[in-house]
Amino acid sequence: MNDKIIGKLKILADAAKYDVSCSSSGGKRKNENKGLGNAEGMGICHSYTEDGRCVSLLKILLTNFCIYDCAYCVTRKSNDVQRAAFTVQEVVDLTINFYRRNYIEGLFLSSGIFKDADYTMERLVRVARKLRQEEKFNGYIHLKTIPGASEELIKEAGLYADRLSVNIELPSEQSLQSLAPEKNYAEILMPMDSIKNQLVQAKEEVKLFKAAPKFAPAGQSTQLIVGATSESDRQILQLSDQLYKGYSLKRVYYSGYVPVSTDSRLSIITEPPIIRENRIYQADWLMRFYGFDVKEILDEANPNLDLDIDPKLGWALRNRHFFPLEINTADYEMILRVPGIGVKSAKKIVSARRFAPLHFDHLRQMGVVLKRAKYFITCQTKSLQRQDFDSEQLRRRILFGEGSVRSALLTQQLDLFRKVG
Amino acid sequence: MFHYTYDGSFEGLLTVVFEAYERKAWPTTIEPEHLAQPSMFGETVQVTTDEEKANRVWQGLKKRLSASALESLYYTYLWEQSGFERLIFDYARLVFDSPESVEGNYTAPFILQVQQIHKQVHREKHRMEAFVRFQKTADGLYYASIAPDFNVLPLIVRHFEKRYADQRWAIYDSSRRYGAYYDLQHTAFVQLENPALSPKQQGRLQTDQFDENETRYQMLWQVYFDHVNIPERKNPKLHLRHIPKRYWKYLSEKQPRLL
Repeated sequence: MNDKIIGKLKILADAAKYDVSCSSSGGKRKNENKGLGNAEGMGICHSYTEDGRCVSLLKILLTNFCIYDCAYCVTRKSNDVQRAAFTVQEVVDLTINFYRRNYIEGLFLSSGIFKDADYTMERLVRVARKLRQEEKFNGYIHLKTIPGASEELIKEAGLYADRLSVNIELPSEQSLQSLAPEKNYAEILMPMDSIKNQLVQAKEEVKLFKAAPKFAPAGQSTQLIVGATSESDRQILQLSDQLYKGYSLKRVYYSGYVPVSTDSRLSIITEPPIIRENRIYQADWLMRFYGFDVKEILDEANPNLDLDIDPKLGWALRNRHFFPLEINTADYEMILRVPGIGVKSAKKIVSARRFAPLHFDHLRQMGVVLKRAKYFITCQTKSLQRQDFDSEQLRRRILFGEGSVRSALLTQQLDLFRKVG
Repeated sequence: MFHYTYDGSFEGLLTVVFEAYERKAWPTTIEPEHLAQPSMFGETVQVTTDEEKANRVWQGLKKRLSASALESLYYTYLWEQSGFERLIFDYARLVFDSPESVEGNYTAPFILQVQQIHKQVHREKHRMEAFVRFQKTADGLYYASIAPDFNVLPLIVRHFEKRYADQRWAIYDSSRRYGAYYDLQHTAFVQLENPALSPKQQGRLQTDQFDENETRYQMLWQVYFDHVNIPERKNPKLHLRHIPKRYWKYLSEKQPRLL
């Protein structure tokens, strides 16, 4: 039994886990060489951690030695933690043997910065190259791109990797300056821009020659830390919006800050802001799949998401003039905007109503969740709600049920005590 | 009243549809032969599977249905829960008797039900693709045993063929007592009953059959699983929603720690 590997795996998995991305979808790599693995189509979560997150990839750092001293990061130079480094061969062996046993979809490899950006990036690329060329591995590879690495290295990384990512981490230049003095926005955005250009170029080339080399077919992503610094949800989501539009990112991940240190540069928090992180993800989904503009979700008057209700309900309560919606005639785009109705339900509704006028019973049988939706829709002009409520009353009814107002107020107060205590 | 019996195969069931139309005798019940009870009332029709008749029914459905709706019907067969034969029959009859396409008409109860079954079976298929854990044997075979809620083994074979083209593997369904074996060229369905073993041990690998590194990688996987977790974010409810306890038996990371 090789105890050294066990020790390294412990340290380098621990150090990588705050990177929340674990997606393995969107790849187009087929197994055409009778080799090992296949990364086309749907991602697969092979397991789930006890905190409920998907385990799809072997997510590790190549090393947690780092020359930087970013306050939010567990791997920062000044932090007193055990350090370790894998060899290229050790990472390859772990990946292949885990993959063959169907534990994982592939590898997510990141690293602390040792020596300099190019030196680090070159090592990451070497692992990917070895997997692809020597092991004939067609599984999923996600490589972290090190800011400051040369364009040639990034280009080579994209030939082997399915996804590349550069983490922005802090949602404003100001925070970056105070918490990660060695980094700056320009240096982070540069590789993102270069990856974007490569992606565009590779797509053009595939149009001309079908066999042109693919470049990171699952695109690029990034991560923002939520709650370590004082940015509002609006600032965070505006940044995401720009990233989706300007850099055509596949995903922006949000990582509720887990207090990994007592660095004096950080605001003091005791628990990761899990609910806030969840609301931001919901808002992100509204922008990507529900046709919402970031301006509709948050504005100057409402810079932060309501933690008690989901952002779609929040929008609906501020925009009562669109409702109630007649389910049998409303546009698909508007049905998507009804609180509680998701993409699947909306599609079923639109499909079924071609055959017969829909009643509420039909909706229930189809599995449409009416708890929130019933206040915003009619079926053949009938409503499940007799009374008219103002937005504040509605909010209370949805949050605390249809019981007495008194018990609702009590719950709210107890909740406040709990928060303070 | 007509009681149809068939041999339990999908082709057999399609033959029942053919025979019912031929006789214009609509079934009261459809059952596999070995389960059928003699009935005092009505007539029993014993259907012999006929590939040509089955094929005509399938082609007829193909003309009127999308690939995904056809898949739903096959999934309903693999669903195996009581009443699935009737459901497939009723669905086929509605398709043949309607002048226009009935697909997506979720206001019709059995169209909705078939759609929901499709979802259930698909989810179980996806779970098996995720939760299968191969163990490497001393002779280089990667072996896994499963016991899915529905009969999804035929549905997951292609996924594993594409993925593990260069390794010999076998997946055994211990509750339905058959398996799939890939020999680097083809996949065959096989029975591998071992009369020396008790039903509970049936299809399980013994540790003395392991490759020398098998235990080591199981242990490393457990180490990884424990260290990728963030204890500050513990959320047992969410964890259980994603991997219900009945799936834990497959998962090496959910077994007692080897280290």
